[in-house]
Amino acid sequence: MHILVFVKQVPDASQVRVNYETGTLIREGVPAILNPFEEHAVEEAVRLKNEYGGKVTIITMGPPQASEALKQCLSRGADKAYLLSDRIFAGSDTLATSYALYEGARKIVDLEGDVDLFFAGKQAIDGDTAQTGPGIATRFNLPLITYLIKIDELNLEEKYVIATRLTEFGQETIKAPIPVFFTVEESLNILSHSPLPYLIKAEKAEIELLSGKNVPLDKEQCGLKHSPTMVKKAFTPEKRQRGATLSGTFDDVVSQTADKIAPFLKKVS
Amino acid sequence: MSDIKYDVAIVGAGPAGLSAAIVLAKAGVNVIVVERGRFPGAKNVMGGVFYTDCMKGIVEEFPNGAPVERHIIEQRMWMIDDESYVGFGHKNAKFDKEPYNCHTVLRAQFDKWLAKQATDAGALIVNKTVVTEPIMEDGKVVGIKTGRPEGDIKANCVIVADGVNSLMAKSLGFRAKLKKESVALAVKEIIGLDEKVINDRFNVTGSQGVTIEMTGSLFKGAEAMAFLYTNKKSVSLGVGMIIEDMMKHNINPNELIESLKKHPAISPLIAGGETKEYLAHMIPEGGYNDMPQLVGDGVMITGDAATMVNAVHREGSNLAITSGKLAAQTYLEAAEEGDFSSAALSSYIDKLQESFVMSDLKKYKALPKLLQKNRQLLDKYPKLMNDAAFELLTVDGISKQEKQKHIWKNMKQQIGFTNMLKDLYKIWRSVG
Repeated sequence: MHILVFVKQVPDASQVRVNYETGTLIREGVPAILNPFEEHAVEEAVRLKNEYGGKVTIITMGPPQASEALKQCLSRGADKAYLLSDRIFAGSDTLATSYALYEGARKIVDLEGDVDLFFAGKQAIDGDTAQTGPGIATRFNLPLITYLIKIDELNLEEKYVIATRLTEFGQETIKAPIPVFFTVEESLNILSHSPLPYLIKAEKAEIELLSGKNVPLDKEQCGLKHSPTMVKKAFTPEKRQRGATLSGTFDDVVSQTADKIAPFLKKVS
Repeated sequence: MSDIKYDVAIVGAGPAGLSAAIVLAKAGVNVIVVERGRFPGAKNVMGGVFYTDCMKGIVEEFPNGAPVERHIIEQRMWMIDDESYVGFGHKNAKFDKEPYNCHTVLRAQFDKWLAKQATDAGALIVNKTVVTEPIMEDGKVVGIKTGRPEGDIKANCVIVADGVNSLMAKSLGFRAKLKKESVALAVKEIIGLDEKVINDRFNVTGSQGVTIEMTGSLFKGAEAMAFLYTNKKSVSLGVGMIIEDMMKHNINPNELIESLKKHPAISPLIAGGETKEYLAHMIPEGGYNDMPQLVGDGVMITGDAATMVNAVHREGSNLAITSGKLAAQTYLEAAEEGDFSSAALSSYIDKLQESFVMSDLKKYKALPKLLQKNRQLLDKYPKLMNDAAFELLTVDGISKQEKQKHIWKNMKQQIGFTNMLKDLYKIWRSVG
């Protein structure tokens, strides 16, 4: 079984602060991390590999320093990692990014063989669009299961998977043929403590490089020029106010709380 | 999974561990470094001055290519009380000539660079992994256990460089628990300022820099040591105190650094700055007398883990670097004979004795105890000096002779003439 995981290196959103005077983000000194949803995607891929056999390949698109995120995937037990990096991709929106990753993934199929399971995070924590994964799946014309929370059954002989996804109203359990594309929730699994041999292998591993030189690309679909997304408006979110502290006896606090939330409940109903 | 086996396993990717790794890897030794932080430098803290001479012993081309901040051309020493200081400084054109004596550095970047020197030389560094204890066979150290699954690493020799709170030195039984009277807690802020503002405020240009070392009572009358170092676009401001004193005076580290930032001599230097980072770390101040056993069968202890800090001159990293290098050299000699017993490795101690490391630590060995028992040396005297300077320099119609008499009387009242003589003698005995 061959599993391909799409990952992204993102700024650690929990450490990005807003300069409320200028309305800009303070990016300085914010560390780059592996998109947390994709950490869970890699975890799941490696878990399946260990159970069913096969290999896990990783691909990311980004600048050279994104190889740090790839190393992190390798230290979770992935076998090989590809970095798709080219100036031509600068300024790509989700449409252009999903095109570039689609072409990169096709190259990986050439090099590493057919892929059975495709994984990506449900979204990246910097953009929150949740479009790139579905964009790639659509280009491959694959069945797509978004917001994956559980793989109930994987049958490699009969080539199907039964999986559960999260919806706005509850859960859905779906049967889909393999190959299939998943985008995953964090609740899919609990991250394991990687064995030391994985970390040693990751430190020794070479990252494979992909670019316009070895991947056939249609330049009319790459980069800022061919990214139709437009930012309509940017605004600074309101500074979060400190929560109110209620005091008094237990009964006092309860009735004060009830008074405060009653109007909201009325509005909702 | 087959056994993981290396020639040498190094615990900790700080200056001591990385220096050992560089020397060993350059000699073709198969070496692994295990670091608990996210990357080398993620958990490492110091004031921020690195000395050139000892670094050149590890990386010859230093400081070329290294992320250094400013070279230090002026060192100021201040005796402080809570609202004043009496100072002494030394600025020298010789410090402005290459090779520079020392540079300020920011550890998160500097340690990454040092780690790259090690990996470029062929060492393997594994991060995010805690080493819990040694693997013992027949009373000999034959490797290390990590907190990870399948986490055992076998090695001919283990170099322990896991810092002040060394789990390894403890589990080897080489030393007892840290003592609250011989460990300081230091807190530090990196405060961002414009390059030009720093140049103007400290009277420097280009990559020139200034250090200020402070000692005295800053807050609640307790003895503190503080520092301010200039970086390119920030200053490192920090303060430390022996943990026992913090407990006694009920001081928390935050209060301490806040009072330093408000000190009338410091606040104009950092005005308008924005705190970029907040760091805290323990410093082993016990010196020579607190050193653990340094060598065992298949194991050597280096750096902070071996209490190699010269508290008087505020030096730690250069002792760490040198001890790491000497441990590596000892391994190379031992490998020729294939003998890693404590007898064979004991030449590490000889090498330390011959170097400045042991000779400096021995020179000041009585000082930590002396200062523990005679706190007036570091809180009352600076205060008296400040009071005396103020009185002498205030023009208020009282004759200078009268002022001197009063200062003298005050000193005798506060400490006593015989006590002063005793203190002088003790200091002379322990630093002379």
